[in-house]
Amino acid sequence: MARSDTRTRSDTPTRRAPANPLAFQEGWSYAPAPESTDHVAVRERYGLFIGGDFTDPAQGGAFQTLNPATGRPLATVAEASEEDVARAVAAARKAFKGPWGRMKPRERAKYVYRIGRMLQERAREFAVLESLDGGKPIRESRDVDVPLAAAHFFYYAGWADKLEYAFPGRTPRPLGVAAQVIPWNFPLLMAAWKLAPALACGNTVVLKPAETTPLTALRLAELIRDADLPPGVVNVLPGAGATGAALVRHPGVDKVAFTGSTAVGRGIMKALAGTPKRYTLELGGKAANVVFEDAALDQAVEGIVNGIFFNQGHVCCAGSRLLVQEGVADEVVEKLKRRMDTLIVGDPLDKNTDIGAINSAAQLETIERYLRIGREEGAEVYQSGQPLPGEGYWCRPTLFSGVSQSDRVVQEEIFGPVLAIQTFRTPDEALEKANNTPYGLSGGVWTDKGAKVFRMTRGIRAGVVWANTFNKFDPTAPFGGYKESGMGREGGLHGLAPYLTLEG
Amino acid sequence: MAAPAPPALPDLTRVTRVDEVGVTERAARFQARSVKKASKVAALRTVLSMIDLTTLEGQDTPGKVRQLCRKALHLHDALPGLPHVAAVCVYPTMVAVARRALAGTDVKVASVATAFPAGMSPLEVKLADTRRAVEAGADEVDMVISRGEFLRGEYGYVFDEIAAVKEVCGAAHLKVILETGELGSLDRVRQASVLAMHAGADFIKTSTGKIQPAATMPVVLVMLQAILDHYRETGRRVGMKPAGGISNAKLAIHYLVMLHETLGPPWMTPGLFRFGASSLANDVLMQLQKEATGRYQSPDYFSRD
Repeated sequence: MARSDTRTRSDTPTRRAPANPLAFQEGWSYAPAPESTDHVAVRERYGLFIGGDFTDPAQGGAFQTLNPATGRPLATVAEASEEDVARAVAAARKAFKGPWGRMKPRERAKYVYRIGRMLQERAREFAVLESLDGGKPIRESRDVDVPLAAAHFFYYAGWADKLEYAFPGRTPRPLGVAAQVIPWNFPLLMAAWKLAPALACGNTVVLKPAETTPLTALRLAELIRDADLPPGVVNVLPGAGATGAALVRHPGVDKVAFTGSTAVGRGIMKALAGTPKRYTLELGGKAANVVFEDAALDQAVEGIVNGIFFNQGHVCCAGSRLLVQEGVADEVVEKLKRRMDTLIVGDPLDKNTDIGAINSAAQLETIERYLRIGREEGAEVYQSGQPLPGEGYWCRPTLFSGVSQSDRVVQEEIFGPVLAIQTFRTPDEALEKANNTPYGLSGGVWTDKGAKVFRMTRGIRAGVVWANTFNKFDPTAPFGGYKESGMGREGGLHGLAPYLTLEG
Repeated sequence: MAAPAPPALPDLTRVTRVDEVGVTERAARFQARSVKKASKVAALRTVLSMIDLTTLEGQDTPGKVRQLCRKALHLHDALPGLPHVAAVCVYPTMVAVARRALAGTDVKVASVATAFPAGMSPLEVKLADTRRAVEAGADEVDMVISRGEFLRGEYGYVFDEIAAVKEVCGAAHLKVILETGELGSLDRVRQASVLAMHAGADFIKTSTGKIQPAATMPVVLVMLQAILDHYRETGRRVGMKPAGGISNAKLAIHYLVMLHETLGPPWMTPGLFRFGASSLANDVLMQLQKEATGRYQSPDYFSRD
């Protein structure tokens, strides 16, 4: 992990917001409204959660996790080595063969339900910790991440004793030990996406959170201990890429679930080839958000903003390509720029913040590299003119217009608040451009016409396609990718299958 | 300067569509804004200065109207330095009374007209109604549109009606009440807004206050977005007046947040934004008193007029 303390900021010279006739930065503004951190104690050191308790790593490795809004360390976290992975997998196996494996599904359901309930009770604590460690605005961690995480546990708790009904005529059985590797963009929510179906189906788990955002997963481990789950059912091993690699390669693992970059996903597929391990991968994306001239334009602009600036654009299913019909392109872009100027960028803990901090120095570097590439490719750049905080990692909401299908900023995933804007003339052209990408995770269609919605949603080759909305998630809806965006589905009834064997 | 082009009926089929789900979500976002401390005091004072203090009842008398005018000028003298409200809004027969009571002050006299609230009278009656209000000294006229004609697609009728009333108004400002609670959909609200602005409205206004639902945040957001598009197309700034149902300070601040983030500072003035309300002022005063002293007072400390 890059732990540079250089205070990098993305305000290289660009065509900044011109003299804004509406001057949102002047006049009345909202006084700071920071969420209190009093009720969240962050410990100085965190160990590994193995076999129901926190332990020290075998080799004493450790790393720091930072608050990306300040660049300052929050805590020192133990780093799991290969030896620790072996211990955790053994603990998980023991629990699988022991109390968890023998438990009646109806009892198992109660535990999963209890996790969701306790998460709700401690929602504020988890929301604050998520924003502190990851940089996302408290409005999102409070209103999206934590409630959705709890909802996943509730939803899958309901399936635990009804699996035969999910797969009629089959005999669903748990796989055993699941290795789960999750990313830094939705640390708690991704843990919930992975844990809830695995536990409901009767598996035990070794979970590796990302190295920049381990704190909510570790807090969740504490919660799981408080919920009296048998030791070893859930184990949490913080660490970086090496820990993840050791975990997915461990021969005691029956199933791998990974969410992260396509490059790492490819490596996992190679490592697992020829082994009996099952796997699901949820990887990158470069989704097209297609706006037709008959769309409700003001609401489409909201959807574009929500599609690309939600969670600083650190969203695998972000609507990072805007395809807008030529007849309304100027109007939509003008409205979009205006809306961007009203976004509040800053302290993630402020209740009025719309866009928080970039997750890490390394990710900021990646985004800035793409900002340079875009300029070199001749894109017209627009960045809103908000003042940025003096320390920490920040990037202004950015538009690239006048870009072509062959430009790298159109083809490659940037994973930041950067939108590439292209125009189209006909629905066929929109479909061709939308699908002309190695990814296929999500898409969006904006039109007032029902028939066009169905034509486009059938035509876009992506796992999730939203119509007249974007970035809507629900535990009952399957989520996953086509092509290089991954394989397998998480969520809904489909999300049970990867954690079960259905034979005999 | 070239003479302005005569108003022309716009093609309402080309008016931007509205998606109700999206509008409702966006409106909810404004309510999630946290407005505290200095920004709250500034907002509360701004709200006071934007109020059209209103009495529109069959039982209105000159005595009642004079009381209201007194309140308009002296909101709560125990708190020094408060602004006065923007206007007092009455029926045409009460305009002369209000005019005398407010003589020599900046508080405007607004009158409803055009057979308020239903508007179910012949055009000549409506025009006569308007003329009487203006002659009696109304600075502002709040007219109602013929919702029945609008809903059956007689857009030309409604357009001509507004243009005719505007002409009779002369120098008086015209607020056009769409009565959104009777229009049935947000698409209709947007179309009616566009029609009214093209016909010469200085303000567009949600409701008479006699029909439920009256002002709601999604409806007002749609109207604000129409105002913005009208400004982009014509360069003319039309004002907005939500009316009915905005009875507490917190909700009024949410409206102000919506105004701030949709139209921005140029519109944050009584010249371009009003609250049509009768009981809002006292709640705002109570909040201001609380910000000043740290304690809430009994409502009995604030005059009810």
